[in-house]
Amino acid sequence: MLLKKHHIVEKNVFFLILGIFMTIIIGGIVEIVPLFTMEQTIEKVEGVRPYSPLEQAGRNIYLREGCYNCHSQQIRPFRDEVERYGHYSLAAESMYDHPFQWGSKRTGPDLARVGGKYSNAWHVAHLIDPRAVVPESIMPGYPFLAERKLNFDDAQAHLETLKLVGVPYTDEMIEAAKADLYLQASEDAAYDDDFLARYPNAATGDFDGNPAELTEMDALVAYLQVLGRMVDFTTYNPQMNLR
Amino acid sequence: MSQGSMAQAASPSVAVDYNMDVVRWGALATVFWGVVGFLVGDVIAWQLAFPVLNFDIEFLNFGRLRPLHTSAVIFAFGGNALLATSFYVVQRTCRAPLYGGKALPAFVFWGYQLFIVMAAIGYVTGVTQGREYAEPEWFVDLWLTIVWVCYLAVFVGTLLKRREPHIYVANWFYLAFIVTIAMLHLGNNLAIPVSLFGTKSYSMFSGVQDALTQWWYGHNAVGFFLTAGFLGMMYYFIPKRAERPVYSYRLSIIHFWALIFLYIWAGPHHLHYTALPDWAQTLGMTFSIMLWMPSWGGMINGLMTLSGAWDKLRTDPVLRFMVAAVGFYGMSTFEGPVMSIKAVNGLSHYTDWTIGHVHSGALGWVAFVSFGAIYFLIPVLWNRERLYSMRLVAHHFWLGTIGIVLYITSMWVSGIMQGLMWRAYDELGFLQYSFIETVEAMHPYYIIRATGGLLFVLGSLLMVWNVYKTIKGDLRNEAPIGTPATVAAE
Repeated sequence: MLLKKHHIVEKNVFFLILGIFMTIIIGGIVEIVPLFTMEQTIEKVEGVRPYSPLEQAGRNIYLREGCYNCHSQQIRPFRDEVERYGHYSLAAESMYDHPFQWGSKRTGPDLARVGGKYSNAWHVAHLIDPRAVVPESIMPGYPFLAERKLNFDDAQAHLETLKLVGVPYTDEMIEAAKADLYLQASEDAAYDDDFLARYPNAATGDFDGNPAELTEMDALVAYLQVLGRMVDFTTYNPQMNLR
Repeated sequence: MSQGSMAQAASPSVAVDYNMDVVRWGALATVFWGVVGFLVGDVIAWQLAFPVLNFDIEFLNFGRLRPLHTSAVIFAFGGNALLATSFYVVQRTCRAPLYGGKALPAFVFWGYQLFIVMAAIGYVTGVTQGREYAEPEWFVDLWLTIVWVCYLAVFVGTLLKRREPHIYVANWFYLAFIVTIAMLHLGNNLAIPVSLFGTKSYSMFSGVQDALTQWWYGHNAVGFFLTAGFLGMMYYFIPKRAERPVYSYRLSIIHFWALIFLYIWAGPHHLHYTALPDWAQTLGMTFSIMLWMPSWGGMINGLMTLSGAWDKLRTDPVLRFMVAAVGFYGMSTFEGPVMSIKAVNGLSHYTDWTIGHVHSGALGWVAFVSFGAIYFLIPVLWNRERLYSMRLVAHHFWLGTIGIVLYITSMWVSGIMQGLMWRAYDELGFLQYSFIETVEAMHPYYIIRATGGLLFVLGSLLMVWNVYKTIKGDLRNEAPIGTPATVAAE
């Protein structure tokens, strides 16, 4: 009987540690490793691209302010969620998200497809004083974002690091990172074919109502406006991606 | 060898030069960080009821204070409780002083406090990885790795020096906690810094793989930090306080190995119906349900240890804390598997039900068993005849218990209500409620929850006073609780 042999690990620290380690390592290996090796883990879809420098800067602000504590970015395949938020989320849509921001709590609504649902002006007013536009809201206000100049001049280093962890930024994207940062928030971006080729579907133009300065508000709104906008679901066939 | 004789062997009758300094510091740090963590928690609970309390100042906004609360409670309060009790228990049950002389354990303690302070400053100033319960950035993670390796060295070194043939069951749990947290910490914090002189890093994984790695970590922070470690506490302090041997030696073996094996698999239940492949979700759900058994094995072993000593619950509020903790443990480890069932999770996920569940574990189990251990340890560590006041302990117990009950019941109601409102349709087939209507409906429950939290904070302040007076050497002149005349015949 195995119980009778238990005195062996009970009397030897190293056997005990070895036993513990062997016992705890298995579950993680079985569950995590296949996610990296199985091809079906991430669906094949068109349109998912790396974030533009301005969007990535906005994403970092989203993390910094802890937005994930109250907002999910993951729509489940339920009738009510799809009607409320849009198509259920695909794994492919967050494949360039370092880290993922699926969230675990909806104190506020899901944001996976918030892009394009509200105007830039709405987002700015809402972020400065949520209760000015939604009286019942319990979200904190972020007026300081509009007053603070965006500090992302090392955009190139950020893109290089992201490339290192697997985001397919091209040399051209990295080269143009800092210029693109400012370009996206200007009216010129809409006419810049190179920029639009690098970052299709990016929202462009002044975001925060203050064209004179590139603020943290510009970046955060640019990020919010791209959420859920990359994949064209009219061309998506779920039958091809049964997992 | 029976547990009875092992518990006997653990008695501190032999003159060994124990290192109790670090245990004393740890006990005080537990009390201090506990109050900080509970207080921040209650502040953010009021923020959800009255958003004006955010003041729209970045350092005070909910998004930054919530990680401060979770980490202060889990890692600062819980971590110090584990540090202090593991150092106490391992010395006493091995009849050997801590390995590493005075210096290494002191480094572990102060290094850990530095980790807490660095992490906390990061949260408030917005330096974060944006991963729940693993928010500290790469340089803080590296520092914790160094501290943790030293912690393992002290613990294992002490076990090696033991003057007992067997390693006592509490130490298995502490050891599993230390080893597993090391693995999880390293696995989940693989990140590349943007610059060696900057705080920002990017996680090596992305999207779905990142999500599962995070919840493999996140759920096992619950499983090993908040469960295995605290079960170690239970296995020493309950038998000690009740003066009874552990109920079943065999059960402790079976539930130990089953618990640590099964827990690791449970992470995917945080990702039900997400873009995580279904096979992983199903696997996570299956193992989460199985986990109910070893969890209750631990509960049964803890509760049944009181066989023949149940009357002590009437007279000893310290033991009452520990036993109520085991009760809450049983309750939340039953609720957990239920919530991991996909059909249930479809309703509960993203709602306050999860928050309530976590708090029945964190307040009911983790905090209560720690309070019991602290009340046990303080007079022992400072060589006092007894605590300043047992009646204050009893008041603390009831304030805490009523606080928890208000907390978890209000979160059940608000969570289930919001989940149902999200999926409600009117007779014409439209969604019945806008999102903001479901937020508005939460308001009364958020007030009840915050009130419950306030009671819990008040209780912990009674503990601060009691600990302070005990260390000072004062004894409150009070009638003992439950005089023999009131004991019913049995």
